[in-house]
Amino acid sequence: MEISTQEFKHCDLISVKGRVDSATAPQFAKALESANDNGRFKLALDMSQLEYMSSAGFRALLAAQRNCKRYNRGEVVLVQVPERIREALELAGFTELFKTFDDTVAAVGSF
Amino acid sequence: MPEFTFPARFEYLDEIRDAVAEVARTGGFSEKTIYSLQLAADEAASNIIEHAYEGVSDASLFMTCDMRGSEIVITMRDQGKSFNPTKVKEPNLKSDLSERQIGGLGVYLMRKLMDSVHYESSKSGNLLTMTKRKE
Repeated sequence: MEISTQEFKHCDLISVKGRVDSATAPQFAKALESANDNGRFKLALDMSQLEYMSSAGFRALLAAQRNCKRYNRGEVVLVQVPERIREALELAGFTELFKTFDDTVAAVGSF
Repeated sequence: MPEFTFPARFEYLDEIRDAVAEVARTGGFSEKTIYSLQLAADEAASNIIEHAYEGVSDASLFMTCDMRGSEIVITMRDQGKSFNPTKVKEPNLKSDLSERQIGGLGVYLMRKLMDSVHYESSKSGNLLTMTKRKE
């Protein structure tokens, strides 16, 4: 798994590549937490190059969404979610907890 | 029936998913279902490593993965504490963000993705059997 963060004026664009499972989820969670630690709570998560995500990744997403939405200070939105991952998120009932966008420009512009 | 032995550590989840994909692909499953099978196997193995082998660092996880007719059968055996995933309470997927449970999701996915999930615990260890028929 590789993760990179790009800071925009109104939000951070976090790109996650590869596979998020129990082995790599702590690193994924840490990247989201470190954005919050820097006072960034509006996060667009680019998933276009994500190959796989297990419930360990879903838990990190849930924790991040809770933290970002607290005091109405922001939220996590998902961008270009690959079909298989979207199906699993749907099965877990997560799709209603996150706004999703088809492209990064629209996601970044939504903040 | 060949049995794979993996160190019970999260770093080996990749190999567990690869082994399942290879059998499923040879068995003629669609890529969509192969993803589901990998996810179910990952969740099962993650639970064994996290719960059955909690605090144990040098344990092993034994897996078989075979086609039986038009069905794939995945078994996972461990010698850790008894952790029965079929007894885990279903998470409430309708609850809002603040009340959404963090636990139980992996087990829920296993049940949803597979046709059957069976668990038995004996003196010699725990055995989880999951099956899925080809669509």
